[in-house]
Amino acid sequence: MRYAYYPGCSAHSTARDMHESCLAVSKALGIELNEIKGWTCCGASAAHQTDRKLAVSLASANLLLAKQMGMDMVVNCAACYNRSKTANYEIINSENVRKSVADSLGDTYDGSVPVRHFVEILLKDIGPVNLRKKIINPLRDLKVAAYYGCYLVRPSEVTNFDDPENPTIMESLIDAIGGTNVEWSGKVDCCGGMQNLTQTEITVRRSAAVIDMAQAAGAECIVVACPMCQVSLDVRQADMEKLLGRKYNMPVIYLTQLVGLALGLSPVELGFNKLMVNPAAVLNKVKAAA
Amino acid sequence: MTIRITKHKATEDFLKLVQEKADVNLSSCYQCKKCSMGCPVADLIKLPPSEVIRGLQLGAGTELLNTDLIWTCLSCETCYSRCPNQINFPAVIDALKSIALEKGAAKPAGDAPLFNRLFLNTVKSYGRVYELLAIAMYKLGTGNLKQDMGKFPMMLKKGKIAILPPSGANKDKMKRIFSKSAQNKGTEK
Ligand code: SF4
Ligand code: SF4
Repeated sequence: MRYAYYPGCSAHSTARDMHESCLAVSKALGIELNEIKGWTCCGASAAHQTDRKLAVSLASANLLLAKQMGMDMVVNCAACYNRSKTANYEIINSENVRKSVADSLGDTYDGSVPVRHFVEILLKDIGPVNLRKKIINPLRDLKVAAYYGCYLVRPSEVTNFDDPENPTIMESLIDAIGGTNVEWSGKVDCCGGMQNLTQTEITVRRSAAVIDMAQAAGAECIVVACPMCQVSLDVRQADMEKLLGRKYNMPVIYLTQLVGLALGLSPVELGFNKLMVNPAAVLNKVKAAA
Repeated sequence: MTIRITKHKATEDFLKLVQEKADVNLSSCYQCKKCSMGCPVADLIKLPPSEVIRGLQLGAGTELLNTDLIWTCLSCETCYSRCPNQINFPAVIDALKSIALEKGAAKPAGDAPLFNRLFLNTVKSYGRVYELLAIAMYKLGTGNLKQDMGKFPMMLKKGKIAILPPSGANKDKMKRIFSKSAQNKGTEK
């Protein structure tokens, strides 16, 4: 299992924990991630809000490098995943976009590199059965709310990830590692992450609504696969308390971190110390179960 | 809701321009309002998605460039995902944003255009975003220095904010891509 790996800019800042846990889990499962040399920013939301040509070209620059490596591109950041898949989609479906990207890059890219989220690698290439065999610390009784947010599932014609209204990929994996999925209706709601710095109150309110729903469903933690969601839900809990006048104490963990725990990897190696809301309750429970 | 529209010569081409930029055909919208029902910011704005589309269909012009949804939208794609006619409304929003930038429309709440410009400037220089620089410049630019300062030491300690600029990216490529961007001026300022 060899892939071209695109870490994305947040891997070296706000989402170090996402990146580190992804590498640790890959190593434990024998997944070979080859970091794309010289990779550049996918353009994130700043580029598509500014100029479409710029947005598609920035994402395509990396896809072209992956193509030269001859491997599928694996992305662990849901936002980069969405931008890269959008670039492929637009290039395949529009002659004009294809031409304008060729003009930007000075090279042609045909939209053909498969872009896959790390969660899809776990589900489809490793598979729940094989994953289960490697579990050392099953997450017995840990009640988990799997949260997808926007970028993985929408628009589904572009991402083709799972059912856009009721995805279940993460639940299958959580089930395989011995966790208990709670039933809840917030899993594809938006965390408001795009306004995190610009109109913060919108993000704080949207994210609080997500946590409230997970809490009401009995979740002990929320599991995410997107650094924008992680930062909104985790870092903003102090702001939620201030704005809404009630306590917030919900650990928000990357799926790769939780999988790593079940595989017996250490919390430090998985970046648990980088979470803002203390995940001690989760760690204690998993330890107790071991 | 009442939609007020001022018709004048320039508005006739506006719908065409938006449709071209966004690569959508808005005549297939039959105003079922599913987009607006699912929009997470609908209660914060004056015109929800279906009303913006109605406005465009009826010939509203550049006044739409100042409608609050444009810069309040979360790009969550719910509207697009639920539209029975597969109308890519987020692409309409992006088109309106880029026209607003070209025309120098009024600064919206939160000044996202400033943030986007600063973000992209660091990408142009380093090949990857230098968050610390983009955020610091944005805070200086908006005068909103106090917000989030309390979190800063903890985030630094946890390595959630990188102090040094990113390294390892192929920067040469950036120059070419940015110089070919139609809205180069949007990131040049
Ligand atoms: S969901 Fe589609 S068809 Fe219905 S109002 Fe919105 S854009 Fe129009
Ligand atoms: S993409 Fe924007 S307009 Fe569409 S539902 Fe989301 S917030 Fe509303």
